[in-house]
Amino acid sequence: MEYVIEMLNIRKEFGGFVANDNITLQLKKGEIHALLGENGAGKSTLMNVLFGLYQPEQGEIRVKGNPVNITNPNIANDLGIGMVHQHFMLVDTFTVTENIILGREVTTAGRIDIKKAEQEVRQISERYGLAVDPQAKISDITVGMQQRVEILKTLYRGAEIVIFDEPSAVLTPQEIKELMQIMKTLIKEGKSIILITHKLKEIMEVADRCTVIRKGKGIGTVNVSETNPNELASLMVGREVVFKTEKKEAAPKQNVLEVNDLVVKDTRGVSIVNGLTLDVRAGEIVGIAGVDGNGQSELIEAITGLRKSESGSVKLNGKELLNLTPRKITESGVGHIPQDRHKHGLVLNYPIGENIVLQNYYKKPYSKNGVLNFREIYKQAKKIISEFDVRTPSEYTLARALSGGNQQKAIIGREVDRNPDLLIAAQPTRGLDVGAIEFIHKRLIEQRDNGKAVLLLSFELDEIMNVSDRIAVIYEGKIVAVVNPKETTEQELGLLMAGSNRKEAGEGTHV
Amino acid sequence: MSKRLTGILTPIIAVLLGIIVGTIIMLASGYNPVDAYTALWNGAFGETYYIGEVIRQFTPYILAGLAVAFAFRVGLFNIGVEGQFIVGWLASVWVGVSFDLPRVIHLPLAILAAMVAGALWAFIPGFLKARFRVHEVIVTIMMNYVALHTTNYIIRNVLAAKSGDKTEQIHESASLRSEFLQSITDYSRLHWGIVIAIVCCIIMWFLLERTTRGFELRAVGFNQHAAHYAGMSVNKNIILSMLISGAFAGLAGAMEGLGTFGYAAVKGGFTGVGFEGIAVALLGANTSLGVFFSAILFGILEVGALNMPLEAGVPNELVSIIIALIVFFVASSYIIRIFLDRFSKKEVK
Repeated sequence: MEYVIEMLNIRKEFGGFVANDNITLQLKKGEIHALLGENGAGKSTLMNVLFGLYQPEQGEIRVKGNPVNITNPNIANDLGIGMVHQHFMLVDTFTVTENIILGREVTTAGRIDIKKAEQEVRQISERYGLAVDPQAKISDITVGMQQRVEILKTLYRGAEIVIFDEPSAVLTPQEIKELMQIMKTLIKEGKSIILITHKLKEIMEVADRCTVIRKGKGIGTVNVSETNPNELASLMVGREVVFKTEKKEAAPKQNVLEVNDLVVKDTRGVSIVNGLTLDVRAGEIVGIAGVDGNGQSELIEAITGLRKSESGSVKLNGKELLNLTPRKITESGVGHIPQDRHKHGLVLNYPIGENIVLQNYYKKPYSKNGVLNFREIYKQAKKIISEFDVRTPSEYTLARALSGGNQQKAIIGREVDRNPDLLIAAQPTRGLDVGAIEFIHKRLIEQRDNGKAVLLLSFELDEIMNVSDRIAVIYEGKIVAVVNPKETTEQELGLLMAGSNRKEAGEGTHV
Repeated sequence: MSKRLTGILTPIIAVLLGIIVGTIIMLASGYNPVDAYTALWNGAFGETYYIGEVIRQFTPYILAGLAVAFAFRVGLFNIGVEGQFIVGWLASVWVGVSFDLPRVIHLPLAILAAMVAGALWAFIPGFLKARFRVHEVIVTIMMNYVALHTTNYIIRNVLAAKSGDKTEQIHESASLRSEFLQSITDYSRLHWGIVIAIVCCIIMWFLLERTTRGFELRAVGFNQHAAHYAGMSVNKNIILSMLISGAFAGLAGAMEGLGTFGYAAVKGGFTGVGFEGIAVALLGANTSLGVFFSAILFGILEVGALNMPLEAGVPNELVSIIIALIVFFVASSYIIRIFLDRFSKKEVK
């Protein structure tokens, strides 16, 4: 069998730290090859070696059988290797075409023939089934479409091998489906794909083979058709992983959160939350399912006081919270694991220890008469770090230096430790590996079992189905249905999320 | 190489580079750099008089540097230190000439007036930023001109003595001058202001690093969204930081008004102290200790430079060039950091 890329026994060290230890990855022509590993396992390092950003200490890279020395990304490009980055590298104010040709502009007498370029883009996009509008501005198109622009960029540069770095992390379920289709089309057109991911479902769906790395070591390569998600997960983590989150039957009590007829406007002045009504009871987890952009983020920002509400009511244990300050809302017993941990959850330039008291630095014993008591602060930090298994060199390390999973664990530790009556978790497991996800789910369920109310927002239907006791489907700013996860299916949820009413959706699945 | 070491080495290397390039410029224009630097050294340390003058010179630089650094730590760029300095100067002199009070009341009152004036002058851009998101750089620049011409008007029309472009001398009871300090420095203009400046360094450090208020201010400086999420009032902290920054700048003005000069005169243009504060803060990496040391360096360079034409026949504008070069190298410290990183990487191998 012909290999288009072979990375043989790659070793890469940083100082004394071995990021890649004897890893071998062989990509066959025309296959989708998954690269699976936990956060920090060394996937990105390996790909950066392939891209010429790092030089390996040992090992060999061959392209189509010939040993090559990739010393910078331009060489990788010339060898036909293209990468679709997780964080898009696009100029927001440029059009689709301008972004695609950026750096490879064909000019006549110093002038770019944009018409011709648009035509080329259109041609490529039709050939590979990547629907985009070449004249649209990046800032006006959806995230899914932006990703297609990234793919087009690599194809325009003549890539034969396309690397996808966590491509589904930012996409909605529908967009993920489309992406899977796109990858299959690319293969049909003779491209080869390396798919970096930790989502087992996607690997099972599209990949032909899968190379697993754990803590920098190559564990091996398996044929996807001969394996199953459980085996992949245990290969990746190095132990058995429980997928079906274990939990007792919920014992819900009185209403803790009561949202009534809430209206919230977005920055453009549109009522994005539009007369929404929702209850969350003590001792239950309510999951909000919905396609991104239907008002779920704004709902949470309104409950937590980060965004002004127009009208309606938000009551916690019968007390009105509407349009109070975030501080007052927090103090009345709301914990919030924010959707964007870098933007809201952490002050990245503060030590992780100081981030752990971000919500109660002004209280005793962390401060007295306005003067901080660092001994108490770091004592608390140590406690949270060990209880929530935050892996950090020390409590004085800047939050910036921690991996995403450990940052998230620190935030969850901070919010859970305050023991709030209502815990709001917005996409608490986004971008995390299965080990961390398992841990976080357990903690959420623990809060529930302690008689607290938990409101979970997630775009992962699996997570919603697994963790919630009730699922509230949000569509165009309203809760359109509340279903029991045991009595529903992904199909029914999908239809409800797309706006069909309960009866239609129900008939669709039960007939 | 540790971050901390890099952080300390960067400004030192910038200073050395500034001096080296300054040397090259002197050589190129036919001056003897050894003579020039000797003259500079003698002009700063040659006699106790000069030492006194150096300290007097850097006292307002410390406070102006603190003013810029404080706002910067909260994410604001206060270009208006010059204007706040000018109104602080006038306010202190105004109180100094208008009242007859015992020293224990008069002096603190005059100092307080300078702080309040500077703080109020900075409040306007702070409020506009917090309330309407008007960029503070634009407003503070404009406020500098307003300060310059308003104070000139007041001096001319309200406070001027018979000569017309100068206030009367402040009363002795409001003066920072000290017989004692003058006598030990061979009758330089050294005054008690240096004590105030050092105390302010400690206050700034304590406030930012040790109090809950400082925790909030720095959080707002690093990440307003996270600060808002954590229940801190971003707007309140923005306004507060401008008030404190302006108070430091006003105090710097009091150093001139109550210390060095004892009067306020009509100004043809900006004094430059406020802008010097930006350079001081930049070189001092916006920490109070860093500001203290970089202000000392600037004071030495500027006082010493006065001796260069006399002793070595080198125009003292060259020192301005060296100062500009130092600021340039600090601002482009990214380059220095890359070299330091390269250097330390080689060490590992």
